Amino acid sequence: MISLNWVKDYIDIADENLHELAVKVTKAGVNVEKVVDSHIDNLVIGYVKECIDHPDSDHLHVCQVDVGSKITQIVCGAPNVKKGIKVIVALPGCVLPGNNEIKAGVIRGQESNGMICALFELGIEEKTEETYSKGIEVLNTDLEPGTDANIYLGTDDTLYELDVHKHRNNDCYYHIGFAYEIASILNKKVTLPESNHQEIKDNVNDHITIKVETDKCPYYTAKMVKNVEIKESPQFIQKRLISAGMRPINNVVDISNYVMLEYGQPLHFFDKNKLGDTILVRTANENEPIKTLDGQDRTLIKSDIVITDGQKPVCIAGVMGGENTDVDGTTKDILIESAIFDSVSIRYTSSRLDLKSEASIRYGKGLSYEYTDKALERACYLLEKYANATVLSGVAKHDNIDKTEKVVSFKTKEISTLLGLKLTDKDVETELDRLMFPYTLENKTFTVTIPRRRLDIDSNVNDIAEEIGRLYGYENLKSTLPKVPTRRGVYVGDVSIRKQITKRLRTLGLTETKTYTLTSPDMASKFNYERKQQIKLPNPMSIDKSIIRTSILPSLMNVYEYNKARNIKDILLYEISKTYDINYEEDSKIAILIKGNYLINEWQHTTTKCDFYCLKGIIENLLDYLGFKNRYSFVSSEIPELHPGISAKILIDRDEIGIIGRIHPSYKKDEIYIAELSMTKLYNKQIKPLKYKEASKYPEIIKDLAFVVDNNTESETIKNQIRKSGGRLLTNIEVFDIYSNIEEGKKSIAYKLTFKDPNRTLSDEEVMEIFNKIIKEVENKTEAKLRS
Amino acid sequence: MKEKAEQLKSEVKERLENSQNLKEVNEIKVEYLGKKGPVNELTSHMKELSPEEKKEFGKLLNDLKQELTSAIDSKIKYYEQEELNKKLASEKIDVTLPATKIPVGAPNILEKIIEEIEEVFMSMGYDVVDGPEVEEDKYNFEMLNIPKGHPARDAQDTFYIEDETILLRSQTSPVQVRTMLKAGGEEPVRMICPGKTYRRDADDATHSHQFMQIEGLLVDKNISLSDLKGTFDVIAKKLFGEDCETRFRPSYYQFTEPSVETDISCFACKGKGCSLCKNTGWITVSGAGMVHPNVLRGCGYDPSIWSGFAFGFGAERLAMLKYGINDIRTFYQTDLRESETFDRKEVE
Repeated sequence: MISLNWVKDYIDIADENLHELAVKVTKAGVNVEKVVDSHIDNLVIGYVKECIDHPDSDHLHVCQVDVGSKITQIVCGAPNVKKGIKVIVALPGCVLPGNNEIKAGVIRGQESNGMICALFELGIEEKTEETYSKGIEVLNTDLEPGTDANIYLGTDDTLYELDVHKHRNNDCYYHIGFAYEIASILNKKVTLPESNHQEIKDNVNDHITIKVETDKCPYYTAKMVKNVEIKESPQFIQKRLISAGMRPINNVVDISNYVMLEYGQPLHFFDKNKLGDTILVRTANENEPIKTLDGQDRTLIKSDIVITDGQKPVCIAGVMGGENTDVDGTTKDILIESAIFDSVSIRYTSSRLDLKSEASIRYGKGLSYEYTDKALERACYLLEKYANATVLSGVAKHDNIDKTEKVVSFKTKEISTLLGLKLTDKDVETELDRLMFPYTLENKTFTVTIPRRRLDIDSNVNDIAEEIGRLYGYENLKSTLPKVPTRRGVYVGDVSIRKQITKRLRTLGLTETKTYTLTSPDMASKFNYERKQQIKLPNPMSIDKSIIRTSILPSLMNVYEYNKARNIKDILLYEISKTYDINYEEDSKIAILIKGNYLINEWQHTTTKCDFYCLKGIIENLLDYLGFKNRYSFVSSEIPELHPGISAKILIDRDEIGIIGRIHPSYKKDEIYIAELSMTKLYNKQIKPLKYKEASKYPEIIKDLAFVVDNNTESETIKNQIRKSGGRLLTNIEVFDIYSNIEEGKKSIAYKLTFKDPNRTLSDEEVMEIFNKIIKEVENKTEAKLRS
Repeated sequence: MKEKAEQLKSEVKERLENSQNLKEVNEIKVEYLGKKGPVNELTSHMKELSPEEKKEFGKLLNDLKQELTSAIDSKIKYYEQEELNKKLASEKIDVTLPATKIPVGAPNILEKIIEEIEEVFMSMGYDVVDGPEVEEDKYNFEMLNIPKGHPARDAQDTFYIEDETILLRSQTSPVQVRTMLKAGGEEPVRMICPGKTYRRDADDATHSHQFMQIEGLLVDKNISLSDLKGTFDVIAKKLFGEDCETRFRPSYYQFTEPSVETDISCFACKGKGCSLCKNTGWITVSGAGMVHPNVLRGCGYDPSIWSGFAFGFGAERLAMLKYGINDIRTFYQTDLRESETFDRKEVE
């Protein structure tokens, strides 16, 4: 939250329409999410004259409240309401945040003419368990009952709620930084706040020795003040802190927060007399304990930075101070710390301890040492003025910070090319002036020094182009297309085969699914037919999503269950996704699941059921399409989670490329058929170029025959022998009948054989010769007997 | 003779007229035109005649034969037609009975929108490239100008597999890095890389730990932010209609500089302001920008010669906007009753 009343201290925007300004700021790149005119009407200060328990409730109270114009009855549920306190009262007609309009009413039989408010109900604090249990806000103020409570709350202001992009935070998160942003937009100047103060001869360096033993603290400065008078802050400080979402505590604590909100530099105040005469900054010892300001005992580890008094920790650097040196009502002398710590380390410590403070957020984003110095002086000024402090001379300092200035040189043409604008040197000069970036222009070359406050800008022309572009206005950009030659794009690598498979499977009636790569250990253990070792995430969000799958089938089973539960009977699914094993070996897989009916015509009784042979047909259709005709085979095989008698491996050129089968009834009773193929393996196989093959002009001769075989004999065994014996003229073999009711343990398989010669008409005699040879050889080489 | 012929004619005519069916007509045909029929019988008298008479009688006989054949054949045709008509009438079906149901092979909604976007970009010269989902930190972060310890890493809370080295990619940008490295700093690059990405987000209506990005990259000479704007215009109009307007707003990403957020005019209210666009008239659909010189340099491209732009859409967000879907889990559930709808071409 940025208070515009506050920003007005540094830049003259008295004449600006603040709503229009918000639009300009957003256009230039800092998103003003919300403009809040914070004044709440019908909100007054009240004085609780009487407070009794509600006769019909175990937690409500009935209060008589002086609201200036009258004494009115209000029912209040807060546990901390009591006689003799000043409170904030929302009178009937008051509209609180969330469009909550207060009306006079009756609560369990007791009249209630308003509401006594908690800060979260006023939108000043967020509603959390903590702010809720704190109850109503009890005021410490001289303001009379009936006074506009907005004055107390500092809500007579306009606030901008900013959604600042991650790496701009450090300059727009505080009021002076934001003033610079507005100054660039409006082409105005920024005046920094007063920090001149008196100093006595006594020097801080005679009272404290600073030692830094870690490179995670490149800059540490401190000044000292004596004889502070702890009391309530002046109203303007209190108001501004409230508007920024912070609670006023006392003048000294408030000043440290106030300066942080001005310069973005967190300060830490030590009670000098509790601290002693040494500051030693070092990394913590493993398991070193500290009790922080909030009364919590915390345990540190080696990567944390601590401030110590030479022996024991007195502050978790950049995160939170220790209880042992905190400023309290009796504090007289203060050591003011203004320092820079390693931002990564602060973020790590703060997230490890689950301790996010206003300071840690700012340290975590990185700081400029220029403001570390300014903030220190400014704090002294405010302490002198509002806490009657005596400021000692000198600064105790550890200074190991890199002071190299960021400089970038470029020509206007480079900026123009990047943005696609036609800028002149004059245009660039104008924009750099607005940005308050110092520069020189010699021989058509700009040399710009980047101000230290803009930590987000690096020494390259793109960064300058961005600053100029956003101020110049992206709405002034033209729409052009790149003027360089090109050709139509292509699918690179296996994308092409994936697209073809996807199109084919959709054409075959399968619906595409997309499921999660991460699965549960239970799911991952299913269908592991390749016995792959799987990747387990070391820090999963939940056990349900802790393993990278090696098969898509368990997920397809979930999609099946989801649809079955919704009463869908015919379920035809596929998915193509990448899988990974423990060696990070990538295998893109094609998974298919079918259940129910494939083609449906119930009234004509011509419905085609989803069964093994239907799925086999889908797979063959796909493999033929991909160019593998006559190269694949299905080999009966026992496969986990599949019916032992209805499952097979799919081979191409004797290489396993997938599986097919019916789900094992003990895994799932429903008659579900699945297949999974490795797309990666298909992609890696070569296929022959597509060629025209002329259809034979000569008639074909068809002969039928049937063999009696054992029930266990596979038709392919007989077919292979027929093919062998049939030679070149036997062009096709189809099974057209299976008959089992023949004799115990036997079945008959009937084949239709097609004979053809592409160059001539075959004679009956020569076909009969081959036909007889087939019968003879099949009977000799297999256990099959010709069926008579 | 002549009388005999006339008599036969009228006889056959009468019998044909009185005939009941095809069978009778066939009988008549055999009876009169058959070997032992009266016409043949007349023919046998020919040899008794003088050449003169033969000529005359021959013609007469021929005419008679033709006349009878044609009369009988047309009657046959008549009955055949009648029979066919009867048969066809008996074969009449109920066209309102249900059809044979042919299964619906619908695309996943995300894939559908990705295919549409791929088509547009391929026509503008962009290749469609794929890359690994189990990725190296180097490609996912470091070469994208996001060094270790950078706050941008916290924002993309990543699933690490091996500490600080191997991860489930949190963005598809590493494919851009890989493509640039492959092109070796010599060749221009135009590519898009739609694919799955993963972040540690708890799943709810608007968050998903797995989601799809459609990122793209163009690196060439003299490429400007205006070229990005023109390119974005093309895709926005394709997806959201010809009257779709676009605008750029400044934004910040580590791997682009300048960076922009790209908005489209709200298609629901045509820019007037509604709940979809939160009364702004604009909807943010992607992030984009000029490729950061550090990224170019790291991939072997000299930023003083080459420039380029990169952009990224969220497939889920686009699909949610375009089709009015309000729960991101929809894409990962596959409710077949919903999928069926998407087996259809778009309005063009």
